[in-house]
Amino acid sequence: MNLSLSRRAFLGTACSAAASPLLTPVVYASAPGENRLVVIILRGGMDGLGVVQPYGDPGFRALRPTLAKTPGTGLLDLDGFFGLHQEFADLSPLWRAGELGFVHAVSTPYRDKRSHFDGQDFLENGGASSDGQLTPARDGWLNRALSLIPGARADTAMAVGQDNLLLLSGDAATGAWSPTNELTLAEDERRLLSLLYAGDPLFTQALEGAAMLSDRTEGRANRETGMTLAQFTADQLNGPSRIAAFSLGGWDTHKTQKNALRRPAKQLTEALLTLKSGLGRNWERTAVIAITEFGRTARENGSAGTDHGTGGAMLLAGGAVRGGKVFGEWPGLGESDLYQNRDLLPTADLRRFAAWALAAQFGLRGSDLERSVFPGVDMGGDPGILA
Amino acid sequence: MAVSKSTVAAIRFGYGFHPEQTPPSGADALLAGLTVAQDAPMPLPVEGLTDRRARLDDLIAERRSGGKGSKFQEMRKQMRRDAMRDAAQVVFRRAVSPHGFYERLVAFWADHFTIAGRNAGQLFVAPAFEPEAIRPHVMGTFGNMLSAVVQHPVMLNYLDQVSSFGPNSSAGQRRGKGLNENLAREVLELHTLGVGGPYSQSDVRELAELLTGYGVHRGFGKFRFFEQRAEPGTEKVLGKTYGGDPARADHALEFLQDAAAHEVTARHMASKLAIHFTADQPDPDLVSHIAAAWRRSAGNLPTVYEALIEHPAAWRMPFAKIRQPTGLVAATMRAMGVTAQDLRGPIAHGVRLVRALRDLGQPLLQPPGPDGWPEAAEAWITPQGLAARLSFAGKIGQLLAKRSDTDPRRFASDALRDALRPETRFAVGGAPDRWEGFALVLASPEFNRR
Repeated sequence: MNLSLSRRAFLGTACSAAASPLLTPVVYASAPGENRLVVIILRGGMDGLGVVQPYGDPGFRALRPTLAKTPGTGLLDLDGFFGLHQEFADLSPLWRAGELGFVHAVSTPYRDKRSHFDGQDFLENGGASSDGQLTPARDGWLNRALSLIPGARADTAMAVGQDNLLLLSGDAATGAWSPTNELTLAEDERRLLSLLYAGDPLFTQALEGAAMLSDRTEGRANRETGMTLAQFTADQLNGPSRIAAFSLGGWDTHKTQKNALRRPAKQLTEALLTLKSGLGRNWERTAVIAITEFGRTARENGSAGTDHGTGGAMLLAGGAVRGGKVFGEWPGLGESDLYQNRDLLPTADLRRFAAWALAAQFGLRGSDLERSVFPGVDMGGDPGILA
Repeated sequence: MAVSKSTVAAIRFGYGFHPEQTPPSGADALLAGLTVAQDAPMPLPVEGLTDRRARLDDLIAERRSGGKGSKFQEMRKQMRRDAMRDAAQVVFRRAVSPHGFYERLVAFWADHFTIAGRNAGQLFVAPAFEPEAIRPHVMGTFGNMLSAVVQHPVMLNYLDQVSSFGPNSSAGQRRGKGLNENLAREVLELHTLGVGGPYSQSDVRELAELLTGYGVHRGFGKFRFFEQRAEPGTEKVLGKTYGGDPARADHALEFLQDAAAHEVTARHMASKLAIHFTADQPDPDLVSHIAAAWRRSAGNLPTVYEALIEHPAAWRMPFAKIRQPTGLVAATMRAMGVTAQDLRGPIAHGVRLVRALRDLGQPLLQPPGPDGWPEAAEAWITPQGLAARLSFAGKIGQLLAKRSDTDPRRFASDALRDALRPETRFAVGGAPDRWEGFALVLASPEFNRR
């Protein structure tokens, strides 16, 4: 092994102010602009048809005899055609303020296998192949986007939570932290640890990230919830970070969806409200997009739930979005309208809307977005989801 | 790092060194140990599903007769405590067992056939799954393990099979209920062929129909075949026709045995075993070697383990994998010399363990999804993951400094033997306090790798 320091030499090192990446004080240079983007990954396959219900579509009721609602039975009317599931009632003020919107009948290009795990990797990777094959680098689209933002640094983008997000993995340096972490490292402890991890790049890199963040966090959350993840995210975005991502699970509502949707809906609602309150004035410059690996079957299944499907909905929020509107081209729910006589037909690639969000918030060029961030996507004309 | 075979056997194929146990000397000892382990009583046994169902019944009866009074509250509190203790036993068992490889295999299969506890009732019964569906078949055939899993009430509940009805079955028609594809999909995608496998949506649906009838007697009771829920007629899955009228439970079992011996399953499982035990990008020849043994023996598991262990790649380049938090905690308890005797009695240990694993990012019985916990090193050694490990190491370090008079340097060499890196030896020697010395051993790369 290559370590030749003696104990004496070690003590010498420990007492000197030798430059180590861990000791360099973190300088918060001016971050790239004031705009902010939060991406929330909804794991499990959110039922777009259940959350944003097309009650005005004549086919809807027949497909979902127990799950379909109307404004008369608790659905929150959005625009005379779509209504929001009542579990999201606390978001109504955001809708009215134009700070909440949806895009309906969208999906990634992933088709037919309807696997959560492939579908989620694919959603975060941002590739174009319908069989779920990842791009060769197997990195995340938000990481690729970050590498195109002038002035981006390791603390510009943050993965929040214990969940290791593929979305932000890749060549560009990013931060990662969980609101449940408690770690305070004195300088001599850092030095000991950097010696301990010498020669192990994986541990060395993780330690650098941990040391950077242990300085920046105060207080510790007991567990990860929509609220604690969002509060932590807001704190980071009020500091030097401009991009953050976290995930919320629980959307795999195979059974008794009425009850199963309650918890994930509450988590998402609380996350959005906490982002708004936590970001304060910065909310005005923030766009939030919440995306999921696939929608669910158009018909409810034998157990008052829904199975894995294709087309679904994405959620937009924040002061920077042009909300109060359900975007997208509605394919209809007649038997011949459905995808494989089973799922909501996706009429648009959800990557297109994510690309426009990146373009609007960080000035990324269409050609770069179509080539490297979302290879193969056709951005088309501006859908106007951001103000 | 060149380390002895015995060290590779203990760390790559076990949960690390224990001061009161002799590590296996090499390949032959590892394999011989499996046979001994299969015949030995399970350490730290837990209540089975039948007893758990009975206690749930008692609780329901109490609520009916006495309401939610103090006796009911006490019963429920005790059940919650037992659920937590038994969940913790899963990890404790790994820590105290002298049969490390066997316990690692149990853990591998329990993760392959992931289940979760999503509410108090499920948490109460979930600990029965591993002893009943996994352990009896670890040294048997994969087909039998798969069959036991697919018929176990905990799995039937977890993947919603209990609410799947043949759309044209008498019960389905009468109750207006239909298929639930969840279990069928995961059997193909996760349990057998793998997601890249040669199956289509139509195979998922046909298998879901073939599985109709599989259910559970009264919530968490015994497995039961409900003929009136079974979809009439035959089903064609992966090109072969199964079933027919009258429907029987064996029809799906026939498919499960075929799927278990399928050559794509062989490849999928060989790759999974090689990834789990050796490296995130395993030696392709090792994978082929295991897959060949699987095909040759139609998934006879001892033959498969032998193929893994006898291959030279199984012994090369150790420490490529990261110990998952449950493995880290088990290894830590082993390094501390914890025995089964120490774990009897108060539930406090269990509570501490449950909290520690939650903080380390691997809460018991709460995997991210039916595909279980991630394997990749990068999924675990993230800034937040490492921070959690450092906090854990610090707490245990303080505990050791208070409770034992061992020198941290001695602890380092006992816990890691010839796997101890000079960097770690050096850092531990330079620690200003004893507790930090212990903590550095537990935080070292070699203690967190396998």
